[in-house]
Amino acid sequence: MAQMTMIQAITHALDLELARDERVLVFGEDVGNNGGVFRATEGLQKKYGADRVFDTPLAESGIIGLANGLAIQGFRPVPEIQFFGFVFEAFDQIAGQLARTRYRSGGRYTAPVTIRSPFGGGVHTPEMHADSLEGLFVQTPGIKVVIPSNPYEAKGLLLAAIRDPDPVIFLEHMKLYRSFRQEVPEDDYTIPLGVANVVREGKDATVIAYGAMVSVAQKAAEQWSKEKGFEAEVIDLRTISPIDIDTIVKSIQKTNRAIVVQEAQRSAGAAAEIVAQINEQAIYHLEAPVLRATPPDTVYPFGMIEDEWLPTPQYVVDTLNKVMTL
Amino acid sequence: MSQAVAQYETPYVQILDENGNVTNPDLLPSLSDEQLRELMKRMVFTRIWDQRAIKLSRQGRLGFYAPVAGQEASMIGCEFATQKEDFLLPGYRDIPQCYFHGYPLHQLFLYSRGHQLGGKVPEGVNCMLPQIIIGAQIVQTPGVALAFKLRGEKRVAITFTGDGGTSQGDFYEGMNFAGAMNLPAVFFVQNNQYAISVPRELQTRAKTLAQKAVAAGIPGVQVDGMDVLAVYHVTHEAVERARAGEGPTMIEAVTFRYGPHTMSGDDPTRYRTKETQEEWERKDPLIRFRKYLESKGIWSESEEQAYIEEAKEIVNQALKQADEAEKMTVADLIDTMFAEPTQTLKRQRAEITGEGAN
Repeated sequence: MAQMTMIQAITHALDLELARDERVLVFGEDVGNNGGVFRATEGLQKKYGADRVFDTPLAESGIIGLANGLAIQGFRPVPEIQFFGFVFEAFDQIAGQLARTRYRSGGRYTAPVTIRSPFGGGVHTPEMHADSLEGLFVQTPGIKVVIPSNPYEAKGLLLAAIRDPDPVIFLEHMKLYRSFRQEVPEDDYTIPLGVANVVREGKDATVIAYGAMVSVAQKAAEQWSKEKGFEAEVIDLRTISPIDIDTIVKSIQKTNRAIVVQEAQRSAGAAAEIVAQINEQAIYHLEAPVLRATPPDTVYPFGMIEDEWLPTPQYVVDTLNKVMTL
Repeated sequence: MSQAVAQYETPYVQILDENGNVTNPDLLPSLSDEQLRELMKRMVFTRIWDQRAIKLSRQGRLGFYAPVAGQEASMIGCEFATQKEDFLLPGYRDIPQCYFHGYPLHQLFLYSRGHQLGGKVPEGVNCMLPQIIIGAQIVQTPGVALAFKLRGEKRVAITFTGDGGTSQGDFYEGMNFAGAMNLPAVFFVQNNQYAISVPRELQTRAKTLAQKAVAAGIPGVQVDGMDVLAVYHVTHEAVERARAGEGPTMIEAVTFRYGPHTMSGDDPTRYRTKETQEEWERKDPLIRFRKYLESKGIWSESEEQAYIEEAKEIVNQALKQADEAEKMTVADLIDTMFAEPTQTLKRQRAEITGEGAN
């Protein structure tokens, strides 16, 4: 066991998988010699050589296209999009191509590609670096979207993502990269994709979150308990496509109230899909409408106002109080 | 005072002129009489297939179809220069290259009709299914080529697009990746003069499309795309250069599509004149190659007639086979989304089939 930050856990997972499976290739802008702008691939080129860990020209569509071509020839590419705000450049190669490879070819070709990318905000990057665009890919059939909330989860989920026979978008929240350390076992373990994790048990309301919002939800739950004596159950979704609705429904059957906390804008994202599925499967267990604690439908904010835009524990507590009184 | 830091030229290659006369004997490829006859047969097949496909399309029996007449020399000549283990990344018009590379004709019919089996390329056939998004296959080509390079295989990835495709950012990205990584790749552009209705001169101020290779640091060559021997020659050079580890090449084949863009309502008289059409028809690839073969005494009209009948029969058989394909179901579609359906998809499947959920 070792204490690791999330970025260290990610490097460690890539290291393990490069050693275990020679089909795994790691590439993108600055990921080779420089070890990535966040150092996620630090030391890997030196250890595995420039054939397996390498820099590419600066072109996101080209990077994902390269991954697509390698995948149909049997490799397991792990490309990096340097910041997820740059993903629009590669949108066709992801949503139009990768996600459809198996389907269009009736299973003849597959795309076991894991696209890693730093996302989310709260670290005051220049505009268009920070962004929460995950909802775009929740609406994209054929691709899974995985978002870890801590170092332990990041390692197990990344190993599962790379070993998955289909494409996965693996989003690493920038604020979580170095915000805390955690015990991370050095041996090989995976966390199955599509299975949510109850990180705090409670009986009064369910709080559904993912990524950096998990710790915001946990803080809110502690505050709520102290202030009101209510106990919130907190669910870390881990993957937002597919959504583990069974775990959510099971929790709501106990709590009868729920809110969804999401860093992305409110409309038509993962939170909206969660509310829709709760409506389909658990409406008779609800004492109040399911509310969303999210930022408004603006463009992702400028660095100087991020902290006011992003959901805070207080905002989550206020939303919880609302569902108790509705 | 300035000085040139780099200078480039874009070669143009022609071997047979419009009348089938050899204009460039030094470049005549060393092909046997049998191989030359095979080139002619394939062009005849392609012309017959095209006529039949247009008819079927008008009858509503084919679905989506992009006519190829006029482009036979470009399509047949380049594919003939590849090896079976080389990998093709075609666009939607490149059906003849796919067919002669081993993609079964009945599956190409099914692809046209919008049947999933159409895209299920058989194992051992080194071809991607046709691409629809203009240029998307061009950035995938370096990936296929890199796979060959990493495994030390002496194989080449070859992709096709049109004059319009060269305006896409992906066209440059693909060539640039292949150049930067020195990959065994060939980028084959069929400049058929129109991207649907937009003429070549509105696509770019560049004098040739071949010169677009210069910016990627790779060789670019323009070839008479109505001359099957010239197309074969330049493609063969490009493919063998790539195979030898000497890097990628871009080829611009100057050609013309006689028919509409697709059979889905395009009317070429809206954007080109009868005179232009006739001017290109005088350069016809079949006429000039037939004259060349006849001058060598290795082709005759009766032989061609016999082969036309054979081609028609092949097309009929494939059509019959396509008609026999099992009907798709929505449940089948769900089953091909992932290796293992997600919980969500399992529920949706059960809703559709009425089989037990959960």
